[in-house]
Amino acid sequence: MYVSLLELIDFRSYPHTEVPLAAGVSVFLGPNGQGKTNLVEAVDYIATQSSHRVSSDQPLVRSGADRAIVRAQVQRDDRQALIEVEINPGGSNRARLNGGQLTKAREALGILRTVLFSPDDLDLVKGDPSARRRFLDDLLVARQPRFAAVRSDYDRVLRQRNTLLKTAGRSGRSRPGDSALSTLEVWDAHLARTGAELLSARLSLTADLRPHLTKHYTEVAQTVPKPGGGNDADLSYRSSFPLPPGAVSRPELAEALLGQVAVRRDDELDRGVTLVGPHRDDVTFTLGWLPTRGYSSHGESWSFALALRLAAFSLLRSDGDDPVLILDDVFAELDDARRIRLAELVRETEQVLVTAAVPSDVPADLLEHRFDVRDAKVTGARAR
Amino acid sequence: MYEGVVQDLVDELGRLPGIGPKSAQRIAFHLLAADATDVHRLAAVLAEVKEKVRFCSVCANVTEEELCRVCRDPRRDLALLCVVEEPKDVLAVERTREFRGRYHVLGGAISPIEGIGPEQLRIRELMVRLADGTVTEVIIATDPNLEGEATATYLTRLLRPMGLRVTRLASGLPVGGDLEYADEVTLGRAFEGRRSVDD
Ligand SMILES: Nc1ncnc2c1ncn2[C@@H]1O[C@H](COP(=O)(O)OP(=O)(O)OP(=O)(O)O)[C@@H](O)[C@H]1O
Ligand SMILES: [Mg+2]
Ligand SMILES: [Zn+2]
Repeated sequence: MYVSLLELIDFRSYPHTEVPLAAGVSVFLGPNGQGKTNLVEAVDYIATQSSHRVSSDQPLVRSGADRAIVRAQVQRDDRQALIEVEINPGGSNRARLNGGQLTKAREALGILRTVLFSPDDLDLVKGDPSARRRFLDDLLVARQPRFAAVRSDYDRVLRQRNTLLKTAGRSGRSRPGDSALSTLEVWDAHLARTGAELLSARLSLTADLRPHLTKHYTEVAQTVPKPGGGNDADLSYRSSFPLPPGAVSRPELAEALLGQVAVRRDDELDRGVTLVGPHRDDVTFTLGWLPTRGYSSHGESWSFALALRLAAFSLLRSDGDDPVLILDDVFAELDDARRIRLAELVRETEQVLVTAAVPSDVPADLLEHRFDVRDAKVTGARAR
Repeated sequence: MYEGVVQDLVDELGRLPGIGPKSAQRIAFHLLAADATDVHRLAAVLAEVKEKVRFCSVCANVTEEELCRVCRDPRRDLALLCVVEEPKDVLAVERTREFRGRYHVLGGAISPIEGIGPEQLRIRELMVRLADGTVTEVIIATDPNLEGEATATYLTRLLRPMGLRVTRLASGLPVGGDLEYADEVTLGRAFEGRRSVDD
């Protein structure tokens, strides 16, 4: 798939701009702070309805405006789709598909798929568990858009339940028949149901991702294999509570989660927060026998981060259509060997959007469609 | 800030649901520019609605009398009771013409974030209504969103031990939505296909 036209209205630094795009590699060049990342962020927003840079939508709206609009014309096989997302930081977003209003903005998810690489990807390896959970959940939604609803339901159950835990904890928990406690059981059930759905999807996703990760890490790092897989890259899911052994079904996971919630009841009431569930889980990355965290060198961590994104890309590609590949400022961060690896992937991908401050940051043969970005104005594309 | 009563009007309008500061301002200036007779008619309706309309003493639906139209109707099946969140949901279900029983309006859904627990809803009144055994089936028609589901779970656990048939509307309703916005055909079908709840 590829984006053939991108239009921004009051998005970030752009008052209004239209950029016609083609399949192949498009490179956006310009000095710092001119709007290169803003542009590719908009493409990614159409796909994920979230930004890789900020967790709230407010910074996405041009200062002084009260809403932003992003439109993209997407070509998939022979079909085309016009997706429009209106970003309303005060209220809820709205989306249109081919001119028709959708009931919920998230119904527009999954039509355009993207994989975005950025210098912040190092956080996947070195940062908090939240970065890794987000990596998994974003990929989950890209593969099966219905998980956007599961994810938001789970977040809402958590907020409701945490509020209740705080009030129940304060009002004293010993009184039997206390209504706060009886409704807590209701939220336990919903936590277990939505939590198990998210958890089981993450477990099968990590299983699907593993072979791709190992393969790409070897390519990127160009390691000399150590005997017995001594430097194979791998990942394993770390649940915040003991999972029943063996392949586990959703009902089994729900039951296990419910059981843990009962065990942790007093703790949870004391602290006023939900202590078990997928929001507390993590993913452990390993190189050979050692976890990357605390052990890997800077270079190894970079290779790992890159391999994770590449694995996500391969997985989406294996589901069918090529996702749009977005490389925000990444070539400048890479050494020659990694650059060559990434350039190879780029060459065989249907559409790639690259940002860089200067042309010398980008391998010369990738400067196919070249755009200049200055002061939120985009000019080009000049053939090389 | 405007002067005195103009600002009061903007503030009052801004307290209504779904009306932000900008809309409040627009409506206020629309009213200022409008014909005096039109504005007086609006004021009269507002006063009248507050004076005349109250909540049905049995089901809490809106009515101008002691009992609402449904509770007054002798042809309704007293064995069936449909539990909804708001009076507007009664209207939505009535439009489908699928349901011949009576209603019970809860006045909302369980939502700790908004400080709404079972005590804030008309659940005690529901238990009183069910006590004499006339009702044999309770259909829970709370909104198909998280809070509506939680309320349904709570009620189910409360009612099942009483030996009643407890049913929930069949799926097919748009998830995450409002009962009010479900179209008549979908809601009607959901009623027909209602199922006993196991949990
Ligand atoms: N909501 C907003 N309203 C107005 N301007 C904004 C908004 N958000 C960001 N900007 C401006 O956009 C510019 C940053 O643009 P962007 O991140 O795209 O830069 P860039 O071209 O990628 O630069 P670099 O090469 O440093 O990565 C900043 O000058 C910032 O002030
Ligand atoms: Mg940038
Ligand atoms: Zn009534």
